[in-house]
Amino acid sequence: MTEFAPVFGARDPDARGYYGPYGGRFVPETLVAPVEELTAAYFRAREDEAFRRELMGLLRDYVGRPTPLYEARRLSASLGGARILLKREDLAHTGAHKINNALGQALLAARMGKRRIVAETGAGQHGVATATACALLGLDCHVYMGAEDMTRQSLNVFRMRLLGAEVIEVNAGARTLKDAINEAMRDWVTNVTTTYYLLGSVLGPHPYPLMVREFQSVIGNEARAQCLAQFGRLPDAIVACVGGGSNAMGIFDAFVADTGTRLVGVEAGGRGIRSGDHAARFAGGSAGVLQGTRSYILQDDDGNVELTHSISAGLDYAAVGPEHAWLRDIGRAEYTWIDDKDALAGFQRLAREEGILPALESSHAVAHACRLAPSMPRESLLLINLSGRGDKDVLSIQEALR
Amino acid sequence: MARIADAFAAVQASGRPGLVAYVTAGDPNLDRSAEILMTLGANGADVLEVGVPFSDPLADGPVIQRASERALKSGTTLRKTLEMIRRRRPQIAAPIVLFTYANPIVRMGEAAFACAAADAGIDGVLVLDLPVEEAGSFRQRLVDADMDPIFLLSPTTTDERIRQSAELGRGFLYVISRLGVTGARDRVAADAEPLVRRIRAHSDLPLALGFGISRPEHVVEIGRWADAAVVGSALVNVIAEHGASSDLIDRVGAYTRWLKGLS
Repeated sequence: MTEFAPVFGARDPDARGYYGPYGGRFVPETLVAPVEELTAAYFRAREDEAFRRELMGLLRDYVGRPTPLYEARRLSASLGGARILLKREDLAHTGAHKINNALGQALLAARMGKRRIVAETGAGQHGVATATACALLGLDCHVYMGAEDMTRQSLNVFRMRLLGAEVIEVNAGARTLKDAINEAMRDWVTNVTTTYYLLGSVLGPHPYPLMVREFQSVIGNEARAQCLAQFGRLPDAIVACVGGGSNAMGIFDAFVADTGTRLVGVEAGGRGIRSGDHAARFAGGSAGVLQGTRSYILQDDDGNVELTHSISAGLDYAAVGPEHAWLRDIGRAEYTWIDDKDALAGFQRLAREEGILPALESSHAVAHACRLAPSMPRESLLLINLSGRGDKDVLSIQEALR
Repeated sequence: MARIADAFAAVQASGRPGLVAYVTAGDPNLDRSAEILMTLGANGADVLEVGVPFSDPLADGPVIQRASERALKSGTTLRKTLEMIRRRRPQIAAPIVLFTYANPIVRMGEAAFACAAADAGIDGVLVLDLPVEEAGSFRQRLVDADMDPIFLLSPTTTDERIRQSAELGRGFLYVISRLGVTGARDRVAADAEPLVRRIRAHSDLPLALGFGISRPEHVVEIGRWADAAVVGSALVNVIAEHGASSDLIDRVGAYTRWLKGLS
């Protein structure tokens, strides 16, 4: 069943890794050759039937794919508009979509003969997924995590350690995801001959934005086939949260050519769109270069990157994936934001009306869908990518609701 | 105006190893930086490298990260750095190379930057995260404004890319002596000399070797097979330790003479 596979090679950027004016490879000299080597290895792997078969087998038997497409009838009825569909990435092994990419890249690392893996993590879901993939494949795993994130996602820190990973605390900057990426890149540049950098989102230098999107494209490919099979037509709109943007790119990918389907990305509005209080790059940012790629970033007039805030660690980041910037420029996708308060309300609503605890990241998509649905016709289909489950967030939600 | 080429010609004529000295602008503040630059030049540094502080210095080790934080805290920006250099340029004879990450320049705009940097008397620009493949239009702007685009070469750089950088670079080539981030080390990397020889096969440009250089013995050793040694973190450490002290400038001067073998 080819529809339940990642999509490879269908929408490549140009040879230098550009999506329009975004993307590229803005890396220190030492990383240029390794990034070229990685690109060549990835292009060979995605063409290799054996690699694809191995990945497909793991996605099915280990991750539990395909994840269901579920109609949220009670929520739809209470909103009184579009029929709400949930793509249940929260039911994937380890509790979020991150495992799709972590497994793909860990297989690639093993193929390249790199047994030492470094990764960054914000909410901890990518760290847990990487630690899981490394345990499965017998790789040595080191995860960099901001001290602030280690506090608010302490459960995931413990999970990574249980899985045999070393979690390294990062105390620079705001001590969140951006600082963890800086530190992971410093490790990579130092140990580049033995080490594979397993980046968790559609960020960083080419080929990462392409590779991560392709490993995540299984989400949209499944959802499109499931929607046609279960409802006889395509969704009218798709809503996904956007931190770096991997779950959103993963579900958008299969629908880019279906221009009748609106693609909506939801960024973190935090405490409101004021410098330092949010992570809505398209609302408060501008084009710039950060951590290997040219995209939209939150920065001051002098080009220094601004601090960000979101109740959700996974969305608390100053840059957005370059392909999102491009899809927005050409008018194919639209982007909006949801603040902390509304994200919490979205979380509670899905919990009470559907019996599902969404991750705080995914709660942003839920909250925006709750806004959108009442204005849509009753027979229309509104698909939410439920990128992860909220078990990891219950302590911080308890805190926030106090 | 070819201050960088002249400086390397003078080094070669002197028979002494060349010294490139790096400091972060605005650490501890821009007024002090101006005095530090004058002192470096007066005490034997052949080329001055001025680092522009940036919020995310991912190619730097802890010493320069901290310097960058102190400089940002003191209100230093790319514009203010250029303005400081413009005002003090007549008092400094040595060539000045700006050492920066890409984003402050992207934010300012390549054209506006090239204009302001040339006006400030900058001789060369080195952008840490702008490899030759991404440098096309920016390199041309520098050349048009009579400034030298300086590229980095690393142990991982392929021969093909060494050729490319040698062809597009001017002034000198900056050779990264080891894998990793900036930071002082006890010894010169063993692979550095073969790397320099590999680059020599493709280029006649002067070669300055950096990353991990901290002692006069290193400078002498490097001088035997390269044109200059770059000292950054070790010098920044002196500034970190004595930044608030009244004898900072004397200490920087003494340290520079020690590195250059003049004391």
